[in-house]
Amino acid sequence: MVVSIAIRSKTATALKRGLTLGRRSISSFNWEDAFDIQGDLTEEETAIWQTARSYAQEKLQPRIIEASRTETFDPNILKEMGELGLLGCNIKGYGCAGASNVAYGLIAREVERVDSGYRSAFSVQSSLSMTALEKFASEELKEKYIPKMATGDIIGAFGLTEPNHGSDPGSMETTAKPHPTKKGVYVLNGSKTWISNSPIAHVFIVWAKLDGVIRGFLVEREGQPVGALSTPQIKNKSALRASITGMIQMDNAEVPEENMFQNVEGLTGPFTCLNSARYGIAWGTMGALEGAIDLARNYALERKQFRQPLARYQLVQKKLADALTDVTYGLNAAYRLGKLKDEGRLVPEMISIVKRQNCDRALHNSRVLMEVFGGNAASDEYQIGRIAGNLFVAQTYEGQSDIHAMIIGRAMTGLGAFTAK
Amino acid sequence: MSSKLRIMVPVKRAIDFAVKPRVNSAKTGVETAGVKFSINPFDDIAVEEAVKIKEAKKGAVESIHVVSAGSSKAQEVLRQSLAKGCDTSTLIDVGDASVEPLTVAKMLAKLAEEDKSNLIILGKQAIDDDSNHTGQMLAGLLNWPQVTAASKVDINESTGEVTVEHEVDGGFETVSASLPMIITTDLRLNTPRYATLPNIMKAKKKPLKTVKPADLGVDIAGRLETVSVSEPPPRPAGIKVNSVDELIAKLKERGAL
Repeated sequence: MVVSIAIRSKTATALKRGLTLGRRSISSFNWEDAFDIQGDLTEEETAIWQTARSYAQEKLQPRIIEASRTETFDPNILKEMGELGLLGCNIKGYGCAGASNVAYGLIAREVERVDSGYRSAFSVQSSLSMTALEKFASEELKEKYIPKMATGDIIGAFGLTEPNHGSDPGSMETTAKPHPTKKGVYVLNGSKTWISNSPIAHVFIVWAKLDGVIRGFLVEREGQPVGALSTPQIKNKSALRASITGMIQMDNAEVPEENMFQNVEGLTGPFTCLNSARYGIAWGTMGALEGAIDLARNYALERKQFRQPLARYQLVQKKLADALTDVTYGLNAAYRLGKLKDEGRLVPEMISIVKRQNCDRALHNSRVLMEVFGGNAASDEYQIGRIAGNLFVAQTYEGQSDIHAMIIGRAMTGLGAFTAK
Repeated sequence: MSSKLRIMVPVKRAIDFAVKPRVNSAKTGVETAGVKFSINPFDDIAVEEAVKIKEAKKGAVESIHVVSAGSSKAQEVLRQSLAKGCDTSTLIDVGDASVEPLTVAKMLAKLAEEDKSNLIILGKQAIDDDSNHTGQMLAGLLNWPQVTAASKVDINESTGEVTVEHEVDGGFETVSASLPMIITTDLRLNTPRYATLPNIMKAKKKPLKTVKPADLGVDIAGRLETVSVSEPPPRPAGIKVNSVDELIAKLKERGAL
């Protein structure tokens, strides 16, 4: 949104020489928002975007290099987001802001502009945990947990993926069955892995098979028998290092029956939550690409080789132009999804198209933009390496791109191609 | 003083501080098309101070009225200020005209009379014209005491006495005066809060009134004509000297020593 044309004496001289470098269009074309999404936002969405951007740039950006270097997640971040009302902002009631889905997307965009790991923590809390409760839990559970999750006082995690079942959650091995002696209690057994927030979460939305049917359970850490629930951290990750990831290991973990989601069975439950998160990722990955473009452009304007700034060279401009094209298409597609969702017209296949494309293009372009930095891309001070590395994970989780291609293919042909037979 | 505080906070929508402005092709001003605007930072500090006073002195503040003279786009900064804790807002719609400080001061004076304001907190200057006039002119028109460039404000709501610490060239000076009065803010007065999402959503319901300059009996025609605007000359390259003696010689050459 900022037209920050560096006023350099060289540019001023070029203008005086009357070069038609589109200088008239510079002030009416804004590369930072090429199709003017900002012009269509409501006043609330503009104000919310401003808050998200200011918070992310002023409070998250200064921490990220160190956090990534030392693989540390500061749990206060969720409280800070909670104070601003960012968590679960598109939920109505229960202490949430009741903002539009476009506003939710704008927040994801600004947080992921700083780091995909921070946006993962935000998505897991908002789209996976809070939305699961909002859609499927009893009124008592909603009143008990959603307001405290909105403030970040209670941290949630979402337990679907298992060591042997990632793209194929339907074959999960985690089971639920009635407690052998205690009435009105289920026991859960099994392992979940690659669970963001799990080592520090207070509550877990766990999907397990009860009599062979997938059901959802709100598992509380507090009150578990010793050894029944453990959440070891997965350390030394190569990406999303500023997000804390772990397992959920359940050995007769106890869940009162009122904590089971009554009105949903099968994969509908998890997929409803995942689609909400995927929508946020469609926006977020474009925020990450916007951050990458900004970094690369600034570097190219300042760094000189053969006495010219890198930005003067055609191959560098092509890399910037390619990235800008993809980010413009991707942001506008995500915005379209937001408007459809706000109007109640969004269906899952639409999200698959944009999640897949935006993750793929953000990943591809950020890797190419690393080339602008030369050797400096290897230094975490320049940030571009972290951005590209993180986007590999964004492409993988919440449905790897190949899986989304199958979702689209099945919608087009009526033929499911997920299995070998 | 037994009456409550009725605070007015004038705010201006100005080019964002992070933007590097360009002179427009007609050389009459800076290019504003497609450029990011936001609330003048000193005005944001004024809003924050008013809201802090309301929060600190429970019940002593009857209302905070935020006002802006600008085009309809200025509604954005009014809504943001409502989201941060102001109660009511007024837009003085001047269309795309740019208005001079004296004009703004006259309009604010009229609104302050109508609204029965007894404390007006303004930013000390706008970052686009850097005038640093409006607060002082307003004090003159209303014949109220003023303290400018405030870095600390203490209000005794029972006596109506206000003690203000403000920055002067040599350091700090502490001044006190009685309400009604004008205070203009400086950077170190406070750190503005973020507008939280629940408050942004609630701000939709707070009143935003629009008035025209004619309603306030003010003619906004300017008395100053901008003849031309140009960029500062490019900084010439510096030179390197090889010794302290050479440095001293060069400085003497330029009359700096």
